[in-house]
Amino acid sequence: MHLGFLVTSLEQGLIYGIMAIGVYITFRILDFADLTVDGSITLGAAVSAKMIITGYNPFLTLIVATFAGGIAGTITGFLNTKLNIAPLLSGILTMTSLYSINLRIMGRPNIPLISNETIFDLFNIPYNLSSYNELILILLVVLVVLITLILFLKTKLGFALRATGDNPVMVRSMAINTKSIKMIGLIIANSFVALSGSLIGQYQGFADISMGIGTIIAGLASVIIGEVIIGRDSFYFIIPGIIIGSVLYRGSISFALMSGFAASDLKLLTALIVILFLSTPRIKSYLGGKINVEAD
Amino acid sequence: MLKLINVTKTFNVNTFNATKALKNVDLEVKNNDFITIIGGNGAGKSTLLNSIAGVFDLTCGDIILSDKNITDMPEYKRANFIGRVFQDPLMGTSPEMTIEENLSMALNKDTNLSLKWAVNKKKRGRIKEHLSEINLGLENRLDTKVKFLSGGQRQALTLLMATIIEPEILLLDEHTAALDPATAIKINELTQKIISNHKITTLMITHNMKDALNFGNRLLMMNHGKLIFDVQGQTKENMTINHLLEIFQKKHKQGFYNDRAILSLA
Ligand SMILES: Nc1ncnc2c1ncn2[C@@H]1O[C@H](COP(=O)(O)OP(=O)(O)OP(=O)(O)O)[C@@H](O)[C@H]1O
Ligand SMILES: [Mg+2]
Repeated sequence: MHLGFLVTSLEQGLIYGIMAIGVYITFRILDFADLTVDGSITLGAAVSAKMIITGYNPFLTLIVATFAGGIAGTITGFLNTKLNIAPLLSGILTMTSLYSINLRIMGRPNIPLISNETIFDLFNIPYNLSSYNELILILLVVLVVLITLILFLKTKLGFALRATGDNPVMVRSMAINTKSIKMIGLIIANSFVALSGSLIGQYQGFADISMGIGTIIAGLASVIIGEVIIGRDSFYFIIPGIIIGSVLYRGSISFALMSGFAASDLKLLTALIVILFLSTPRIKSYLGGKINVEAD
Repeated sequence: MLKLINVTKTFNVNTFNATKALKNVDLEVKNNDFITIIGGNGAGKSTLLNSIAGVFDLTCGDIILSDKNITDMPEYKRANFIGRVFQDPLMGTSPEMTIEENLSMALNKDTNLSLKWAVNKKKRGRIKEHLSEINLGLENRLDTKVKFLSGGQRQALTLLMATIIEPEILLLDEHTAALDPATAIKINELTQKIISNHKITTLMITHNMKDALNFGNRLLMMNHGKLIFDVQGQTKENMTINHLLEIFQKKHKQGFYNDRAILSLA
């Protein structure tokens, strides 16, 4: 029972960690407070669930869901860079639209996957490891995401992405269109978020229209915990650090549930955790001045 | 090589706050010109350089570079042939990235959107070489984040980044103004060295009249959005600070009387 609780938190933390990395890309690397996330995580789950009950290969749905998330990011990017709508509002507009779109995709507010095969049913490790089947599959996906992202951030385009959030004036003077870079960052971030959503849907065995509410705060909480643990100086370590942050965050949520809080209290608890972290001066100075979630 | 024709910039057009920062400026810059620009606060010096760099749309006028009309070209595209160093040492570099990472972006200026590795062995060699030329020991600190550098070190780095791929035009906006006097002298010497080594056409704003006379082959004075004085070659060599002050006061007064005249007409 106890071990089961740990493994579940670990698995959830890893899956949501992919979402948290998406949040890290927009909020931290790009310095763009993107609220699309609440919608694109549901989008990922919705696309996968619908495809799975239609009979597609669950692994294929991972890819399609990721792609769908990229489109969501494109829309937010379009609103911001082409129509000059403020970042926050651009994200909220996409998120709101996605609510209707996700309902359209699913055809109803909830799709159960209990009687369908998911990636976790298809992936089978023989021998005595089979009880860790799900964990190993999740670890594999997380590893692929981490390696892809870290390698990407070492390319010229990756450098441009990092610099755009840091100093857009410098980036433009390096002959780079910061608008394109923002667009690319939003696409990558929301692809990750939707991939995470697709995994969550298959892991928990259903997609639900309201499953995305509060995702952004959970993502931020994971990012902040990861940064406190790893520190912000070691750039390439912070990315795995966020996964660890996400695992710890899920762990504390599970712990809160076990200590008697109702599931409906969790959003409030999470918000309180984030507020606590953002308002603690010592931690704040430790994090440096780049937290744009706070009012100046 | 660079021509400004009737360049006018009014900020906040059609509002109560409308500011005419540049008024019908005509300027022809020749190849290898090193022009120093002086003028009082708010004279329009920065606006002039920003117009050339394409930071904003002009109210009217044209900018021609090497026979190409670049008036409508966005800022980031002009950056392919324009190098810039700003007054604020924080503006020219990415503080969270390392010295090497910053310089690599400058070296990759025309290929910055590719998925190739940003840094490789060959590039690291070139970066070290360039860094050792500026004599600050930065070549041994490639992995230091730029936010840990002093203002002078950052300006030297920015200068290097702006010129590492030789630009057609270099724009310097009081790039030593935020530095202590000793560091300012060093950066000025470095500027001089880079510009003369590579023969880069340069426009340099300065508040230091001595620098304005010592550097370059041509001097412009601005006032109220206009070029009020333009001197070059031997004539410039023979000028003194007193000459400059005299001219400035005379022109300034003229402007003042003109303003009064307009007011009394209204
Ligand atoms: N972005 C802007 N919006 C509104 N007004 C502006 C803007 N930039 C400059 N101005 C105004 O245009 C005029 C010229 O400013 P500019 O910065 O070009 O002066 P400057 O000669 O560089 O002065 P300084 O020596 O103080 O740097 C000033 O009146 C200034 O207030
Ligand atoms: Mg100025």
